[in-house]
Amino acid sequence: MTPSEAGPPADVLRPHAEQRHADELAALARADDRVRPPGWRLSPWAVVTYVLGGGLDDGTLVSPKYIGDRRVVEVAVATLATDRALLLVGAPGTAKTWLAEHLAAAVSGDSTLLVQGTAGTSEDAVRYGWDYARLLSEGPSRRALVPGPVMTAMAEGRIARVEELTRIPSEVQDALITILSEKTLPVPELGEEVQARRGFNLIATANDRDRGVNAPSGALRRRFNTVVMPSPATAEEEVDIVARRVDELGRSLGLPEVSSGMQEIRRVVTVFRELRRGATEDGRAEVASPGAPLSTAEAISVLTQGMALAAHFGDGVLRPADVAAGVHGAVVQDPVADGVVWREYLETVVRDREGWREFYRACREVGD
Amino acid sequence: MNTTDSGRVRVLGVRHHGPGSARAVRAELEEFAPGAVLVEGPADADPLLSFVGGLEPPVALLAHATGARGGPARSAFWPFASFSPEWQALLYAHENGCDVRFFDLPAAVSLATDASGGHPSDPLAGLAAAAGYDDPERWWDDAVEHRGRERSGGAAASPFAAIAEAMAEVRARTATGAPPRHEARREAHMRRVLRSALRAGHARIAVVCGAWHVPALLERPKAAEDAALLRGLPRTGVRTTWIPWSHGRLGAASGYGAGVRAPGWYHHLFTAPDRPVERWLSEAARLLRAEGEQVSPAHVIEGVRLCEALASLRGRPLPGLEEAAEAVASVLCEGAAAKAERVRSGMETAERMGGVPPSVPKVPLQRDLEAQQRRVRLPPRAEPREVDLDLREDTARARSALLHRLRMLDVEWGVPVADPVRVLGSFHERWSLAWRPEMEAAVVEASVWGEDVASAADARTRERARHADLTELTSLAERCLKAGLGDALESVLGRASARAAHASDTAVLMESLPPLARAARYGDARGTGSGSLRQVAALLVDRVCAGIGPAVSGLSEEAAEGMCASLEAVHRAAVLLGGASEQAWWEALDRLSARAGVPGLVAGRVHRLLRDADRLSDARLRRRLDRAVSRGSDPQRAAAWIAGFLGGEGLLLVHDEGLLNLVDDWLCGLDGASFVAVLPLLRRTFGGFAAGERRGIARRVAEAPVSEAPNGSETDMERAAAAMATVTLLLTGEGSR
Repeated sequence: MTPSEAGPPADVLRPHAEQRHADELAALARADDRVRPPGWRLSPWAVVTYVLGGGLDDGTLVSPKYIGDRRVVEVAVATLATDRALLLVGAPGTAKTWLAEHLAAAVSGDSTLLVQGTAGTSEDAVRYGWDYARLLSEGPSRRALVPGPVMTAMAEGRIARVEELTRIPSEVQDALITILSEKTLPVPELGEEVQARRGFNLIATANDRDRGVNAPSGALRRRFNTVVMPSPATAEEEVDIVARRVDELGRSLGLPEVSSGMQEIRRVVTVFRELRRGATEDGRAEVASPGAPLSTAEAISVLTQGMALAAHFGDGVLRPADVAAGVHGAVVQDPVADGVVWREYLETVVRDREGWREFYRACREVGD
Repeated sequence: MNTTDSGRVRVLGVRHHGPGSARAVRAELEEFAPGAVLVEGPADADPLLSFVGGLEPPVALLAHATGARGGPARSAFWPFASFSPEWQALLYAHENGCDVRFFDLPAAVSLATDASGGHPSDPLAGLAAAAGYDDPERWWDDAVEHRGRERSGGAAASPFAAIAEAMAEVRARTATGAPPRHEARREAHMRRVLRSALRAGHARIAVVCGAWHVPALLERPKAAEDAALLRGLPRTGVRTTWIPWSHGRLGAASGYGAGVRAPGWYHHLFTAPDRPVERWLSEAARLLRAEGEQVSPAHVIEGVRLCEALASLRGRPLPGLEEAAEAVASVLCEGAAAKAERVRSGMETAERMGGVPPSVPKVPLQRDLEAQQRRVRLPPRAEPREVDLDLREDTARARSALLHRLRMLDVEWGVPVADPVRVLGSFHERWSLAWRPEMEAAVVEASVWGEDVASAADARTRERARHADLTELTSLAERCLKAGLGDALESVLGRASARAAHASDTAVLMESLPPLARAARYGDARGTGSGSLRQVAALLVDRVCAGIGPAVSGLSEEAAEGMCASLEAVHRAAVLLGGASEQAWWEALDRLSARAGVPGLVAGRVHRLLRDADRLSDARLRRRLDRAVSRGSDPQRAAAWIAGFLGGEGLLLVHDEGLLNLVDDWLCGLDGASFVAVLPLLRRTFGGFAAGERRGIARRVAEAPVSEAPNGSETDMERAAAAMATVTLLLTGEGSR
């Protein structure tokens, strides 16, 4: 029994991708008559369709999960199909983890085999640990062994995920080399090994904004195909991404219905894009960029927060005042330097923009 | 079907510059063994077909109008690369001795008429969309260009019958109504040539043309209808020739109107015997290794696997350029975008330049240029390089003159670059040289001006002089001198002197003088000193001297700054000229210095120039300065005066104690409001000084004996400390600029 088949209890805060989209995955599996790589639940074509969305012959509409460059997804899926590990690299908030989760869900129907990389991630977390009570009473045995997510993925022929690969200490990272090149995980204590079944693969994500973290060794790097995740290319694309996610999140958080106000979404995306790029969208004026990355993901969280405000304390319509505080908080991380940048942006760009008067006033109120 | 006239004619529809088409054409011709080959290209270029064997692609057929001003376009190109199907057809005909002809409208007609409005729409887009592709190029690649690659050696089925049928369908659907006139005429002409080839009795005729035209050639209307279309067309005098072309230029070709996105990839597809993707990635790996990157064969293997997985995911028969590019980025470069971009652009263009044998007909100007290039040992090369010419040597002078003459003819083979070391040297020139194929065309276009470089440049210069104003004339004179165009120079100077006599605007005169003065100096360096050059320059100096007084009076703040710059330029020019002109200039400056109503900045500058030349006694200067900065005068003007006088150099204040004291006294004597008024100007003046100079001044000020406070009261050092710190920071702080 894997979690995906169990079905989530109704009050789960955030169901896994394969639970949320179980019907789509099932429809795709039915419609998919193409060759599936060994161990895959779907063919590469169906995986791409699941991620990018599209209509099926039986009338099922597959919702797009990743909005952006089709090539990114195609290269990622092709990489997994050739048995190569996949490394997704990008700035924070470019949907690395999001894409990895959906890929794992589509390919092996299970996105839960996850190692969260931190400075404290040990080799145990990557490979296996022990049930010490049993170990002491019975000595090393298969029963005393606690397999890590990667080991489970190998044994069951599924996709394992490693989040924030570059935060893991280098020597722990290198434990992955044998796993990826020999596709085997020795357990010397038992004189055994776990050989990966077909369908096993690894998706790692890494943040290229953090410098001074543990860059993967050349040997490990060679085991990966690297896909660089782009920031949304156009404002329209970004608005689309944000609108969809805000809508989904609002539903899963059980917020009262709020008319989502495309206008506010567009406004927040515009503010984020302009500050990120250091120039206004029409290219006429330069603006200073704050230190914060201002990713799409942050725009989403600002808007979700705004929806909550509007639903519980406002009139149920997303208004400039509902998002102003969130935007301010996202932009101004360093109260001095970013504060200046934000005030300057407000005075030079926001104040005189057609139809932004209310937003300007709301921002000024938050800032003062 | 693509055959007609009971199998006598086979029409091979191609995509211009498509390697798959080229291969297919070659195979088809070898199988069909035609006695005559008709190729899309201007019919009046037929005499040039005898040169095909000696050409090295990429080359282009160039047609240029010889008349004074022909039709809307002066010239047109038909580029051919080794992977162009047309080129393969020409080559086949050459190797097998068949009759070969170009059969499109003669260039004499197309250059005389408005050729705009080609195909009604992209003919391939419709087919591609029908096949579910959003990019027509890509569809053609999959459907035609990549065919037969999988079975190298084995005979791939001929695609031409299918192309003919598909095009007939597309034309029937998209090109409703009468075709554009130019298009109809082209096709009428094609049919006319085809008919005459049939009449000549060839048993098998192969026709190679853009796929779009295939249906028009298969079903032929009556000869009389075509004749009516072609009757009474305007014609212009045209010369045609072969010129070398380059891969880079194939991207934006004219004539065919079909550019190639990645000529390097197509060249590779055409030349690689097998396994194009594997070879492409190996080549990319080799390039990366040459840059010191660690790229192993394992990378290439994984890259190829990724390509194949991507191609099958995308439902393509074989991996193409896009898959290869993604493999390079994701596997070989491990995600480093900049590196991947470098490899991509280098390989996709794969710059190479074609060659034409010397026997190819050339316009006389081209021949003369080649002779001169040989004589001065400066062969044209595509890759950019820099040369340094010492004008005291004969060869270097000849090279310089040639480059300057070509620039006069708008052939920008050499571009002067600023010499970082010898900025003011007059006998050195640095040039950046890069011969681009389109310059061949520029040379041909310039041939209307003359038969050889010197006379063409001369004629072009005179033409330019006819419409030039004074400023343009004097800079033209300078260029003439550099280009060694003595006769033209006299003519230009004649015009310049006539214009100068009538010119009333001193500013224009001032602007016109410096190039002439420089030219006079160059003349000395090159030993081609021109008496009339100096005469005209002297005339200009005289006129400037006469008009400068009124010209500088009552100028605004900003205008004064511009005037200051021209004043200095004229000053340098006058000193360069020397003699009577210099004398006249000094006198003019003298008069100017005593003149009232001159803006502070200019007045200060004039005094500085006079002082530097020891033409102003210290006592007199002190008096003038006193007056300029005295309490009665406007503080703004006083500050401007100081700014003009110091002119961005603070050294004077460090070393001339008297001057420093004077400025110091003036500053200390200002009342609060005036001080605030002049502060921005002073800040600008002192901010322009180098940090070392500012420190020097500060030291001087600190060393000077502290004068009694004006009101006699004791200074409260404690209260002044904060202000002192700020002042110190202003005077010494590195970051205060």
